[in-house]
Amino acid sequence: MRSAYATDVTVTKNTLHIKPVSFWKRLWLQRQLALMSVPMLLYIFLFNYSPLWGWITAFMDYNPATPLFENEWVGMKNFIWLFGKPEFIRAIRNTFAMAAINLVFGFVFPILLALFLNEIRTIHFKRTVQTVTYLPHFLSWVIVVGIAQTIFSSDGAVNQLLLSLGLVKNPVFFLGEGKYFWWLVGVINLWKECGWNTIIYLAAMAAIDPALYEAAQMDGAGRFKKMFHITLPGIKSTFVVLLVMNIGYLMEAGFEIQYLMGQNVVMDWSQTIDIFALKYGITKGQYSRAIAAGIFKSLVSIALMLSANFAAKRLGEDTLL
Amino acid sequence: MTDTTARRARHRRKRSVFPLVNAVAMILLMFVTLYPVINTVAISFNDGTDAVRGGIGLWPRQFSIKSYETIFSDEIIFNAFFITVSRTAIQTILNVVLTSMLAYALSRREYVLRKFITTVFVLTMYVNAGLIPNYLLLQRTLGLGKSFWVYIIPTMLSCFNMIITRTYILGLPDALVESARIDGAGDFYLFWKIIFPLCLPVLATVALFVAVGAWNSWFDTHLYNASKVHLHTLQYLLKMKLATTTNSANAALTSADAAASTTNTTPITIRSAITVVSAAPIVVIYPFLQRYFVVGLNVGSVKG
Repeated sequence: MRSAYATDVTVTKNTLHIKPVSFWKRLWLQRQLALMSVPMLLYIFLFNYSPLWGWITAFMDYNPATPLFENEWVGMKNFIWLFGKPEFIRAIRNTFAMAAINLVFGFVFPILLALFLNEIRTIHFKRTVQTVTYLPHFLSWVIVVGIAQTIFSSDGAVNQLLLSLGLVKNPVFFLGEGKYFWWLVGVINLWKECGWNTIIYLAAMAAIDPALYEAAQMDGAGRFKKMFHITLPGIKSTFVVLLVMNIGYLMEAGFEIQYLMGQNVVMDWSQTIDIFALKYGITKGQYSRAIAAGIFKSLVSIALMLSANFAAKRLGEDTLL
Repeated sequence: MTDTTARRARHRRKRSVFPLVNAVAMILLMFVTLYPVINTVAISFNDGTDAVRGGIGLWPRQFSIKSYETIFSDEIIFNAFFITVSRTAIQTILNVVLTSMLAYALSRREYVLRKFITTVFVLTMYVNAGLIPNYLLLQRTLGLGKSFWVYIIPTMLSCFNMIITRTYILGLPDALVESARIDGAGDFYLFWKIIFPLCLPVLATVALFVAVGAWNSWFDTHLYNASKVHLHTLQYLLKMKLATTTNSANAALTSADAAASTTNTTPITIRSAITVVSAAPIVVIYPFLQRYFVVGLNVGSVKG
């Protein structure tokens, strides 16, 4: 019998023969499935895994013009150079600071917004708010940065508002002073993604058993008690999965916004590890140093992800791994 | 359930101000979200020299469509529009077909390579060689720089999209595939005739994600095709405008800039007009796909 399963089943002379089929025979029987997936596997090896080979050049004094193994091995020299460079230390600080701001903003505000949206009973109004708040997610970073530069300029809408409310006496140079940069990135990110990030929480809230709310109602719980004791615990597992995932991406503070908005005057506050790597690698041609910076970032990411995953497991939550 | 929600709402309405406060907060939020966008549209329809004075709010002060006339008669912008549309279309079609095909193969429980290939794909979400090694691969090893293909070839598959599609297929009844297989259908036939049409809701999500990513990308142009004007994309042109208006450099990037000095348009109205033109297609389309991407995202979150 032609079978793509683990065993061949044949019946002869009233006896049932079940014999395991070898891996290669099964693969041959499943050749159509293999044809659908193995080319993509090779593709992924080429574009996602083969660049890892480039990591060895971080331990060399690499020059693309000379054949790979004729470059001089220098051990950890590039890493030592990196950590002796204040610019790189600042890039680490900036990456972490902006990532942390994004992480906190990215959880607190979408959850709050989802809680409030969940209380809206007029379905059309709710859907309108959702559609409108999803909009900035679809705009490119180039557009968002362009808009932000208009809004936050010295004669832009934010300064006009602050001046008319009497909160400031002179326009604030949001774009030209380093100390505002991290928070500007945080606020712009929030504007862009807050609505979008509610989608998952709203779905988790919709899955909560309505009987729980009724029971709480009977016991005299008000709106905020119900939010606190039913809705929030109801989205806890979603929250933990997203938290673990996002801690794994903590080193991804974003790249485009800092690159597009970071003018020279705010460089000390805007430059992230990625931009540092781009600058040294592609503009200055110091590939080995740039790749070393990239390796540092990847390793920290993986360590963060594994420890967040471990912590979540200890707390008894479902995790990704 | 609707009955109880209605009852609860009625019960509340009497003594709670919360719904009112909530509605006001939501309207404020919508205003904050939309103000910068409408402001940009207003500037794009304003007269150029007048716009320099600043202070335009939600409505143009001196209405003019000069900026649009200028950009629609600019060959470089027109070409960038063509490049952007082509790359978005090709990338989206390739992604949808390849992602769904792979997702189908990896959803077949009997497939011997299923575990291995799935693991290799999921790991790509965490293992990333970084910017420079990827650049060296595309630019030096594969020589894709200075060509249209650098937009297409490295972006044919996305692991996240594959996983949401696979999860969706796993939710379809197994009997569909089994009964067709007993009738002697091969996997290609099964995939194309049975599974692919059933996946259209989730594939609409995938198509939207890919199309938005393709339409909005500028960094690959910046990295690989900056010297090739005929391969520039809309977002890249806009990025160049951003650079000139913020650093107030005088270089004329496109003939629109050169024209700006002779006609009543200035970089700020031109920039706003390009922003509107380059954002409009997506902004018009996404509300219609809302129910799909909401479902698609949630399918994906069930099982990372």
